[in-house]
Amino acid sequence: MRLTCPHCGERDLREFAYKGDALALSRPEANAELQAWHEYLHIRDNPAGPTRELWYHTPCGSWMVAERDTATHAVHRTMTPAEATK
Amino acid sequence: MRIATGGLIDREKPIRFTFDGKPVTGFAGDTVASALLANDILLMGRSFKYHRPRGPVTAGSDEPNALVTVGEGAEARPNTRATCQEIYDGLTVTSQNRWPSLRFDAMAVNDLLSPFLAAGFYYKTFMWPRAFWEKLYEPIIRRAAGLGALSGQPDPDRSEKAFAHCDLLVIGAGPAGLAAALTAAEAGADVILATEDTRPGGRLLSETVTLGDQTGREWADRMAARLAAMGNVRVMARTTVTGVYDSGTYGALERVAEHVMPGEAPPTCFWRLVARQAILATGALERPIAFPMNDRPGILSAAATRTYLNRYAVSPGARVAVFGNNDDAHRTATDLAAAGVTVAALIDTREDATSDGAWPFYPGAEVIETQGRLRLEGLTIRKPGGTLRIGADALAVAGGWNPALHLTCHMNGRPVWQEDIAAFVPTANAIPGLTPCGAALGTFSTAGCLEDGRRAAEAALDALGHSPKPIDLPDAEDTPYSPPATWAVTAPGRAWLDLQNDVTTKDVHLAARENFRSVEHMKRYTTQGMATDQGKGSNVTALAILADATGRTIPETGTTTFRPPYVPVPISSMGAGHAGKGFAPERFTTSHEASTARAAPMIEAGLWYRPSYFPVHGEKTWRESCDREVRMVRECVGVSDVSTLGKIDIQGPGAAEFLDLVYTGTFSTLKEGRIRYGLMLREDGHVMDDGTTARLGPQHYLMTTTTAAAGPVMAHLEFVAQGLRPDLDVKLTSVTDHWAQFAVAGPRARDLLNSLLEEEVTDDAVPFMSCWLATVSGVPVRLYRISFSGERGYEIAVPARYGAALWRLLVAQAESLGGGAYGIEALNVLRIEKGFITHAEIHGRTTAYDIGMQAMMSKTKDFIGKAAAARPGLTESTRERLVGLRPRDPANMPLPGGFLFTKGETPSRANAQGYVTSACWSPTLETHLALGFLASGPERMGETLRFTDHLRNRDFEVTVTDPVAFDQDGGRMRG
Repeated sequence: MRLTCPHCGERDLREFAYKGDALALSRPEANAELQAWHEYLHIRDNPAGPTRELWYHTPCGSWMVAERDTATHAVHRTMTPAEATK
Repeated sequence: MRIATGGLIDREKPIRFTFDGKPVTGFAGDTVASALLANDILLMGRSFKYHRPRGPVTAGSDEPNALVTVGEGAEARPNTRATCQEIYDGLTVTSQNRWPSLRFDAMAVNDLLSPFLAAGFYYKTFMWPRAFWEKLYEPIIRRAAGLGALSGQPDPDRSEKAFAHCDLLVIGAGPAGLAAALTAAEAGADVILATEDTRPGGRLLSETVTLGDQTGREWADRMAARLAAMGNVRVMARTTVTGVYDSGTYGALERVAEHVMPGEAPPTCFWRLVARQAILATGALERPIAFPMNDRPGILSAAATRTYLNRYAVSPGARVAVFGNNDDAHRTATDLAAAGVTVAALIDTREDATSDGAWPFYPGAEVIETQGRLRLEGLTIRKPGGTLRIGADALAVAGGWNPALHLTCHMNGRPVWQEDIAAFVPTANAIPGLTPCGAALGTFSTAGCLEDGRRAAEAALDALGHSPKPIDLPDAEDTPYSPPATWAVTAPGRAWLDLQNDVTTKDVHLAARENFRSVEHMKRYTTQGMATDQGKGSNVTALAILADATGRTIPETGTTTFRPPYVPVPISSMGAGHAGKGFAPERFTTSHEASTARAAPMIEAGLWYRPSYFPVHGEKTWRESCDREVRMVRECVGVSDVSTLGKIDIQGPGAAEFLDLVYTGTFSTLKEGRIRYGLMLREDGHVMDDGTTARLGPQHYLMTTTTAAAGPVMAHLEFVAQGLRPDLDVKLTSVTDHWAQFAVAGPRARDLLNSLLEEEVTDDAVPFMSCWLATVSGVPVRLYRISFSGERGYEIAVPARYGAALWRLLVAQAESLGGGAYGIEALNVLRIEKGFITHAEIHGRTTAYDIGMQAMMSKTKDFIGKAAAARPGLTESTRERLVGLRPRDPANMPLPGGFLFTKGETPSRANAQGYVTSACWSPTLETHLALGFLASGPERMGETLRFTDHLRNRDFEVTVTDPVAFDQDGGRMRG
């Protein structure tokens, strides 16, 4: 599998670490309800299909969001976290 | 026997090797199998289960029988296919799975027992008593069954791995692959042409076909030379593409130097080929016909017979019979006769077949029995009007072709049945970007393969955005191919399918009767296709027989599938370079050589190596050295290398706000030149790491992390900067390796520094928790006044290139003051005496509250982990919280991992009140000391508890104390 680091370009999978759902970018407000924090920290979907995932490119230290399909393994798009949360 | 002329062997270059110790001579270009056949040695192995004598049935990597061990000692390779292994001078080849010899194998008694050893025998027979399985049955079965044995010596790990990239990967270099590679290369695409064979050509090297006015091999050689001369083509011979992975990644095993005496070159190289497009031109594999006793040495596939004949100038026998259901049988007879070999008979299952050859011809006939023991002696056929015995010492069998579509199954693609060729073909778009063509797609004529290769390349070029240029393809044979489906001959006797695992047609029928009707069940019940050849020859036939036994069509019955790797790949190739130090590289500090020169035992800290202690003359145990080093720091001065701690340089207008978010405390208010201790939480409210951070400038901080967490903290900070606060202008740089940093600790630490710094260190200039720029021998250094020992302490940092020199200087000055170097054993004792935590305490399940640092969690600002740390349950006083522990008898050591119990309670899991995390002998306080976690700990000061270590049988009483055992008000380190 290959992923495109927004900083370095296309690279082999082994340069990357999977870091969970891109939901982690949507940090609740400090004073949010406990339930919102609970969902942010612990609740994740496990879809067979399109996902938005966080990946870390170890050699350069770039985080990125990959839009990927867990059923077909197709990687549709990768982008910086800033682009993903725009 | 060797044919007098012809073949792609070099008769000027005889090669000598040994087979089971006996010398054998072949020619350059021979494989082990062809050279042995040339010397009339047909018996090359014994089968897995019944130890039946076997010879080669193929001339390629699909070989199930002729498995041998090549080489000796640690470099020996068991289960090597004699049909692929090229010979070289000095090669040693040993047969396998036989005792005492290949010709006489005592375990062949299994074959006499075969009526009792049918499929499922083990499952049915060795059920009871259950306890016997592991101790008795399994070891006996394992000894009786098996193939080659490993050397038992460490793998020399001499293989390599590599990456390559291309526009188009062409897999296979027969007529289709060569036409495809040429079309793509002429259009300017970057092409890799991979062939399992030693040279391009595929079946053209084995057949007597003509292309235009050239022979097949002349054309192949010319094409290979033309491709090799092009700058945009890389021809990879001896390279088998073994697997298909996501995003156009292909695994490939190159046999770099397995065809020469082991030397400098790596035996194999495992490639990851990354291709934008790929073409599958892997050809097809000839399939067997299951007739009774079809496993005797001398019975080969017809295609293999032609390969041995035309390519190696070898005939498997002097009187060769041919049996088949299609025109390949006739082609084989023609080639044999042309080479001067007697064709004993041509037996064609088709009643309407004709032959004009000068050999006995039997249309509408089948082989129903064979004779011979260690090699074929004759066969019995059933023909219209009766049976007939024919004398023959070899039999070539042409059962039709199965496209080599294995790679198209690697991403879940299931082959589809094509009735007119009675074979499975690749399902469309099975692999994104991979186009099958030629025989791999079910096109079997040479002309069809050439044209199909061009078509596939043009499709790939279109996808790549290249325009194809016209290329000339020669005229070639275009024989139609539409054989009847001939799977098995109905006659009494054992007809073998999976030759390696000894699976017969009867076993498949038995599986069907016992309701293992699914292909996957039948396969597992009978072990069909589960040998090292993965059923390349026999799986489709077994499926057809299962279909017949269950009264279904082949498509109704199911389909075969294949998983990577296509051929066995040595683990040492896939993991090349990852043994030993390659698995765990070593990181050395700048003081490493100086430490080892003093015989300091080095201990791993992640990938780093740190000195445990520095023994001096007369010290017999590590404790003696450690105790001395602790006293040295408490009473005089010690120096220690702390370079392994993570260092992260943080700069930018947003740096202060950034640190306020990642630390529980406030760093925006930290004054320039000052240092603050920081605690970092995970977002779930648990402690991630701790360390000190210095403010070097208005927008410039230097953070330190623990040794273990340096990498994870860096990734975490990058996540916060890039993912949560991209609006902050802050830049993070890991500078761990750039600075050598040494702790100077003890009452005389300042004296030591003043003996070598050009500026004078005073407590006014450098108060506790401050940093300062100074100079040593003209080299600027950073000085941090921090302490992990509880003594007056400084850490002095220099660019790493000066580390070794500064270390020597510091140790020399320390020794002149009566101090010296100390290792991490002493460092650990010093911090336990002071109640300072490490990752033994912040082990991932503790909160700031648990370690008594709740006051460090700012109430006035947000920080990572703040919300979650406030959750009910994480702040209850009954949680297990940090305490100090002191044994009632100072000689007792409460070992980390042991548990704490209320006095009088049973030491059971349910009653555990806490556990010990760190412990040491304190030479300062002359007692053992420990840190640990205890339910409601800080509220139980002075209580006597029971310490129990069930694993190491310790059981004694301890008293709960403050975690800080020494210098509780911190006066010594503040100065």
